[in-house]
Amino acid sequence: MPPTDSPPALYAAREPVFPRRVKGRFRNLKWGLMALMLGIYYITPWIRWDRGPGMPDQAVLIDLATRRFFFFWIEIWPYEFYFVAGLLIMAGLGLFLFTSALGRVWCGYACPQTVWTDLFILVERWIEGDRNARVRLYNAKWDAHKVRLRLTKWIVWLLIGLATGGAWVFYFTDAPTLLSNLIHGTAHPVAYITMTILTLTTFFFGGVAREQVCIYACPWPRIQAAMMDEDTITIGYRDWRGEPRGKANVEGHGDCIDCMACVNVCPMGIDIRDGQQMACITCGLCIDACDDTMARIGKPRGLIDYYTLKDEAVERAGGTAKHIWKHILRPRTLLYTGLWSLVGLGLLFALFIRSDIDMTVAPVRNPTYIVQSDGTIRNVYDIRLRNKFNDARQFHLSLSADSILRIGIEGTEDQTVTVPADETLQIRVYVSARPQDHAAHEERTALRFWVEDVTSGDRAHVDTIFNGKDN
Amino acid sequence: MSKPPIKHAPKPEVSTTGHSWDGIEELNNPLPRWWVWILYATIVWGIGYTIAYPAWPLISGATPGLLGFSTRAQVEQDIAAVAEANSALTTQLAAADLTKISDNPTLDGFAKNAGAAVFRANCSQCHGSGAAGAKGFPNLLDDDWLWGGSITDIAYTINHGVRNEQDPDARWSQMPAFGEILTAPEIDQVVQYVLSISDQENDATMAVAGATLFADNCAACHGDDGKGNRDLGAPNLTDAIWLYGGDKATLTETVTKARFGVMPAWGLRLSPDEVNAAAVYVHQLGGGE
Repeated sequence: MPPTDSPPALYAAREPVFPRRVKGRFRNLKWGLMALMLGIYYITPWIRWDRGPGMPDQAVLIDLATRRFFFFWIEIWPYEFYFVAGLLIMAGLGLFLFTSALGRVWCGYACPQTVWTDLFILVERWIEGDRNARVRLYNAKWDAHKVRLRLTKWIVWLLIGLATGGAWVFYFTDAPTLLSNLIHGTAHPVAYITMTILTLTTFFFGGVAREQVCIYACPWPRIQAAMMDEDTITIGYRDWRGEPRGKANVEGHGDCIDCMACVNVCPMGIDIRDGQQMACITCGLCIDACDDTMARIGKPRGLIDYYTLKDEAVERAGGTAKHIWKHILRPRTLLYTGLWSLVGLGLLFALFIRSDIDMTVAPVRNPTYIVQSDGTIRNVYDIRLRNKFNDARQFHLSLSADSILRIGIEGTEDQTVTVPADETLQIRVYVSARPQDHAAHEERTALRFWVEDVTSGDRAHVDTIFNGKDN
Repeated sequence: MSKPPIKHAPKPEVSTTGHSWDGIEELNNPLPRWWVWILYATIVWGIGYTIAYPAWPLISGATPGLLGFSTRAQVEQDIAAVAEANSALTTQLAAADLTKISDNPTLDGFAKNAGAAVFRANCSQCHGSGAAGAKGFPNLLDDDWLWGGSITDIAYTINHGVRNEQDPDARWSQMPAFGEILTAPEIDQVVQYVLSISDQENDATMAVAGATLFADNCAACHGDDGKGNRDLGAPNLTDAIWLYGGDKATLTETVTKARFGVMPAWGLRLSPDEVNAAAVYVHQLGGGE
């Protein structure tokens, strides 16, 4: 291209996208998934779960104030944060698995940006009409009619945003109480601020930014490219069948009649017939649109379809595509599945072996030991006892070691302490070796603390060491 | 297996910037305009930020900013707010009967935490951050106390100190330097006697001679049995705990030259509630009586 006098524009305004309504199998799948996921999101905080008196009865609750995470029958304490880390690892591996097998299926079906944008477009269609009406409205002057439609749409969007931001804060405190407080204006300012921010971001991302988020802001589509290969299921246009485009039933023309249905339904505003491109979120709506057209002109479906790049080449050469499972089941996906299952099994195992009583032992190392007036060597341990029962329990502390050691607890005469319900209690424990005992002169003596719940008989132990006087 | 050739659909026209090197053209995929506006907005924000907040370095300090923000002032406010929030407890603690403080778990817990802070700032230099003491500085964790280990004794010691000139009520006692009173062989005999009553290796003959010397010279303060006297701050010589050391050489030095350990009167430096807090903290370290 020869250089021109005026430099080319380096910045471009957003091309407005007016996705047309479409019907079909993938559209139905998307409606179903949207209802399921939004349903889970909005309803979950309202599910009740009886945990007994004094405990929250919300099934899913992130209680930051008392540092507890409740999930139905499971209660996670802060020191068990590895569960969260494990779940995040599983989520990561799950994304790897789905991306390598099914391409950008997360982007097309499950990403909140996609789901809420889809919902916002649905609202837009209800209020302003389908694609053509919306294009007309977009180009129309700002008269009373346009103002009325736009305002209605924005108000509904804001209400959806409010419900979305509202549902979010319900996960962090008792939902019915908070709702009542929100309505009466007595809720904590943090609740109002969080709701306002999330309302506005939902409005902005779902109503205004839409595909710009996927194309310019989100890093995940760029990372996904590294996980896809020729066996990954993706969306493509069978150009060997469709080209050259033109009128149907004309000698020399392909199946594509250039009806632009695939372009008009696309929420990303792209033409899938240009080939693989970074803006495509593989939502499948162009497939539905094209299948509809093919049915009308009496051609087989699948001019635009989910396929793999390997099959594309085979089909072009006149061969038959492999079965979908032969693409999905390959070393890469099996490896991801294996890793994912391994982490999952590990977490399940950790969940089942954890006990309701537990302790952490922190030996006091400043100083490592002290000499009493009668020559007894004393070590001090800060022990934190955890009672995960919903009632206060008597915990009995004891120790076992090869040498004779005596145990004492600061502030009590016996070795039993009461730990409040669903709480921890830190106690200072003294362990002593008389001068004639072995442990007083050994540099280190292995030592095991035992804690027993007097009521249930549950036991837990922690190993540590006793420091003698180095002679 | 070689990869099958993939035929791409014809690319739509993409404009170029007009730049061309060796026939390689630079395509122009324009940046979204809103992106550029955000860049400009951050620049404007950045300029505003440096005007509103401390930013530009000057010879001494930096521009203060229009909002008068200062992290130092914030910390001062935070400290004042905490002190204000604790004022009821500190008043209560200053006047508290320490022997009954464990009946009030809130005040007791507050005193322990406050005492730990007071101890770290004022006491740990000599007694160690773990309160284990050092040579010449008593270990506060064990069950041996020179001036008493009850909470009121500890509070008194902290308040008035030991052998200082500032507080007339300071704990006071003075061991004579026996190098000027006894001969060197006599001191050896006394040392052997002290070794014998503390169950250490000793020369029995010398110890017997030392017993008489001990009764004449030392028992007045350390007691006939050598178990010490807390009223005088005289240490128990029969146990396993030594402030300066219990071996022959150290004992000889102690008897010959005497020791003169000093502790400041913290009542003159700290507020009554801080003294009480430190007493509560020290008392619960494991040795309190």
